[in-house]
Amino acid sequence: MGATVITITSGKGGVGKTTATANLSAALAMKGKRVVAIDADIGLRNLDVVMGLENRIVYDLVNVVEGACRMRQALIKDKRIENLYMIPAAQSRDKSAIRPQDMIDVCDQLRPEFDFILIDSPAGIEQGFRNAIAPADRICIITTPEVSAVRDADRVVGLIEAEGKGPASLILNRLRPQMVHRGDMLDTADVLDVLAIELLGIVPEDEDIIVSTNRGIPVVMENKSRAGQAFCNIAARLLGEDVPLMDLEEKPSSSWLSKIAGLVRRG
Amino acid sequence: MGLFNRLFGSQRPTSREVAKSRLQLVLVHDRVDLSPQKMQTLKDELISTISKYVEIDVEGMQVNLTQNGRQCRLTADIPILSARPKR
Ligand SMILES: Nc1ncnc2c1ncn2[C@@H]1O[C@H](COP(=O)(O)OP(=O)(O)OP(=O)(O)O)[C@@H](O)[C@H]1O
Ligand SMILES: [Mg+2]
Repeated sequence: MGATVITITSGKGGVGKTTATANLSAALAMKGKRVVAIDADIGLRNLDVVMGLENRIVYDLVNVVEGACRMRQALIKDKRIENLYMIPAAQSRDKSAIRPQDMIDVCDQLRPEFDFILIDSPAGIEQGFRNAIAPADRICIITTPEVSAVRDADRVVGLIEAEGKGPASLILNRLRPQMVHRGDMLDTADVLDVLAIELLGIVPEDEDIIVSTNRGIPVVMENKSRAGQAFCNIAARLLGEDVPLMDLEEKPSSSWLSKIAGLVRRG
Repeated sequence: MGLFNRLFGSQRPTSREVAKSRLQLVLVHDRVDLSPQKMQTLKDELISTISKYVEIDVEGMQVNLTQNGRQCRLTADIPILSARPKR
């Protein structure tokens, strides 16, 4: 049957798609899966630097699509983890260089060789987004707990349903339990309530993400930070494991915890 | 802020509560592509249509978009004052 294609998208920009793609890809590979991460953000290539593979790029996704190179030549092998590969986006082209059918063809070519193909979608709901979701078997929507990000996520949920590609599942990123606790941030239950989609995981706001991105080492590879643990848990859930949501609170509040406990059983 | 409010019984909702209710309102309009202005037009047209048949209490009329999960619903609650006498 071959690989499962998972697209990470968001609507709003800058909410953590690339970070999630890099970390989930690495976490799945660390669990022994054969993984390729594809940067579909043509013109704004970033997955390479987040994964720390920027110095090894020769060919890119557009080269593959246009037949300027073989697939094998565009696949960059991550030397730190067995079975982890990346295909970079073209930097000097734009979204119109690729059509949805091209993404389907590229993935069909990769499917026999891999267990997972993760696609880092560009922000927005235009062609780049359409390209990124075209080959998807499942779609993860990532949002932060803010009004504008959740609103844009809702738009994407609707578009994915209209395309018959649903149901999408949700990753809530940059949650700050302290702020939720004092009533100044939407909490997980609020976001799930308004979006009405399945929760795949929660990633806390964590400085280690910035530090590891500085170094080009996905946080799941390096240390046992909270964000790294959260991404490992999400990877496990993608493999069908039943992993409870992390306790994100410094000082657990029983009401917050019991709500989350309820969600675990749902998600 | 949340804790302070709870301790001292302030009525001011937390920013989290405000965010959630604003989101719920904006999303229900986004999902059905009906702006509050279009809703007002719809309401006005409902009034004029229904008034051809019965006399209604325009003040007590409620027209709302509600949602259950991702299913949106348009509900109209229109108190009738009396049947229009037949001509
Ligand atoms: N959990 C987190 N804690 C702290 N910082 C984070 C977290 N997740 C993401 N960030 C930071 O947020 C910024 C945006 O992340 P990222 O580039 O992954 O978003 P994106 O959705 O891919 O953006 P774009 O829409 O531009 O492609 C980065 O600087 C990243 O380091
Ligand atoms: Mg990105």
